[in-house]
Amino acid sequence: MAITITQAAADHVTSYIANRGEGEGVRLGVRTTGCSGMAYILEFVDKISADDAIFDSRGVKVVIDPKSLLYLDGTELDYAKEGLNEGFQFNNPNSKSECGCGESFNV
Amino acid sequence: MALLQIAEPGQSAKPHQRKLAVGIDLGTTHSLVASVRSGQVETLANSRGEHLMPSVVRYLADELPQVGVKAQAHLVDDAANTVMSVKRLMGRGIEDVKRLGESMPYLFEACEQGMPLINTVSGLKSPVQVSADILRALVQRGESSLGGELVGAVITVPAYFDDAQRQATKDAAQLAGIQVLRLLNEPTAAAVAYGLEHDEQEQGTIAVFDLGGGTFDISILRMEQGVFEVLATGGDSALGGDDFDHEIAEWMRQELQMPTQLDLAQLRFLLRLARWGKELLSDESSAELSFEGWPGDATYADLELTREHMNRLLDPIVSKALRATKRTLRDAKVTVGDIAKIVMVGGSTRSLLVQERVAELFQQPPLTDIDPDRVVALGAARQADVLAGNQSGEELLLLDVLPLSLGLETMGGLVERVIDRNTPIPVARAQEFTTYQDGQTAMAIHVLQGERELVQDGRSLSRFELRGIPAMAAGAAKIRVTFQVDADGLLEVSARELTSGVAASVQVKPSYGLSDGQIADMIKASWTNVEGDRSARSLREQQVDADRLVEAVTIALAEDGERLLTAQEQQGIVHQMEQLVIARNGQDHHAIAKQIEVMAKASDTYAAMRMDDSIKRALAGKAVDQL
Repeated sequence: MAITITQAAADHVTSYIANRGEGEGVRLGVRTTGCSGMAYILEFVDKISADDAIFDSRGVKVVIDPKSLLYLDGTELDYAKEGLNEGFQFNNPNSKSECGCGESFNV
Repeated sequence: MALLQIAEPGQSAKPHQRKLAVGIDLGTTHSLVASVRSGQVETLANSRGEHLMPSVVRYLADELPQVGVKAQAHLVDDAANTVMSVKRLMGRGIEDVKRLGESMPYLFEACEQGMPLINTVSGLKSPVQVSADILRALVQRGESSLGGELVGAVITVPAYFDDAQRQATKDAAQLAGIQVLRLLNEPTAAAVAYGLEHDEQEQGTIAVFDLGGGTFDISILRMEQGVFEVLATGGDSALGGDDFDHEIAEWMRQELQMPTQLDLAQLRFLLRLARWGKELLSDESSAELSFEGWPGDATYADLELTREHMNRLLDPIVSKALRATKRTLRDAKVTVGDIAKIVMVGGSTRSLLVQERVAELFQQPPLTDIDPDRVVALGAARQADVLAGNQSGEELLLLDVLPLSLGLETMGGLVERVIDRNTPIPVARAQEFTTYQDGQTAMAIHVLQGERELVQDGRSLSRFELRGIPAMAAGAAKIRVTFQVDADGLLEVSARELTSGVAASVQVKPSYGLSDGQIADMIKASWTNVEGDRSARSLREQQVDADRLVEAVTIALAEDGERLLTAQEQQGIVHQMEQLVIARNGQDHHAIAKQIEVMAKASDTYAAMRMDDSIKRALAGKAVDQL
């Protein structure tokens, strides 16, 4: 299994990192909080730690810590537009339910 | 489904705690809203992809006001109710407005506080209310673009805005229901957009050259350790890119020997052609101006305009701006050599001639990388992101300084300065005063703004009294007066007699500002509007439902109405449908909802019959095990 990202998401990550001037890639993760138990983390990566798993997908380095990988394996990171609003979206096969807002989920 | 943005390492917000903040450039002709998303600062567009929103509001009799492009379209045919350039009226009294002598097509009325009110079909509107309507539209765009409620906004104001004008801007934001994180000077915001506050070694002086469509502002800033001090501002409130277009249009008119009196359509044609040529000549060395489609009987041959010739035409206007720049440098007591960076703001600085002449004056090329129309909003958005707490600690909080000294009146009509100008804000300073006469039990405190020594020359901000001082010999009472200026440059003064503890304080509201009561009334009024907003929405929703039902039943009747229903049943359904159409075209969403229910009931049996019929047909001629 692996973590992948769509072309649209890859294009945005690449341009954001170029604009930021530094950064190794993008970090995906989860933490326990929120109204349905777990919440997604999406951050720029400045430091990769030794036990991080790294996936290369469409030219983007996707970094993820081993604990988060348990919950995110098979996830595809997508970039979507809803009206004027746009941003990243986790398509996570492990997620059983999401809170109405989609910011947190349950496995 | 919430869409996520990439955060800085370790800065991911908890769910529902993402802090969304925007920067707003509330301009005279155009306004913009910008935000930082995934580390990238960008201006936000509407659904048609337009970033600039015209600062125009049109008031309608029974509907919510129109804002932006929609309102702008009615500037001519509904001039009295379509308000533009309201920024020029912010924080002004009606006397000021008359003195400005601006030809505005509005009916003004004065309220008790001396604020000008504009008489529109939807009632009297203050400049603050009009600005609030513009801000509301921008905030809505921000919220729908960012997908959530905003924690606040940084709003930019011209560096020369005085206390009253700043307070009016803040009042407008409050009325629009948006928290102001900070009012930021426009030139400072432009410098921030270029990241100039990070240039540690450049403890330098910055010139911000802002040439818009109708106004020219030049500001000289000194930046030291993240503190921007406004050394001087200058400019010309009637000089801008529109003058370029007029100059070129006038040249065309003379060149082609057109009559001096042109009608409005012809004038517009010339101005549009002039602007087109002006923009083309940024890239090309000559432009072919075609008069095809001229709104008149005459025909004119094509005209060639070279860049060289255009520059000769525009040179006097640019020179005027440069003269104002030199004057402002003198006011700031700096020389051209002291200027470390020049920031270009405003669409008219795209002109190569302007860039060349500015470079020539300052002996270095100006900064032009960032879109000059958006640079102020982008800087404000960066500051908003920091103030909302979305950046790691290193990011410096930007400080502004007090533009004018603050003080109070002492015996003999003298001004005692409490806080000097150019003190970084927020700041609090206290000073002790005493009584002048034996047995004095009250003290009048008169707060003044300005650099002059005499009360009569300063600007009076507020007066209040400290009462209940115990009777003592002259000079025995100790009265501590504290001046506190918040980050937006707004002042609160408090006085306290130290032996007895009696205290009094005043939040300085400039005399053109709104009283708390007025603000409360306006906020209440905006609630009523929310109510109107909501019922307009319910109406629309019910209308859509009604349309859907009518369409579905019409199609069904055409398909099998004859076959399944008796003539009487058919008539019954058609009758209810007609009733629904009547209700749908009315304004009462309750009535529509009720009729939808009646209609649904009336057609219920019919729907069931259709269902049975289609099942029957699907099953006809099939054995049970085939299914």
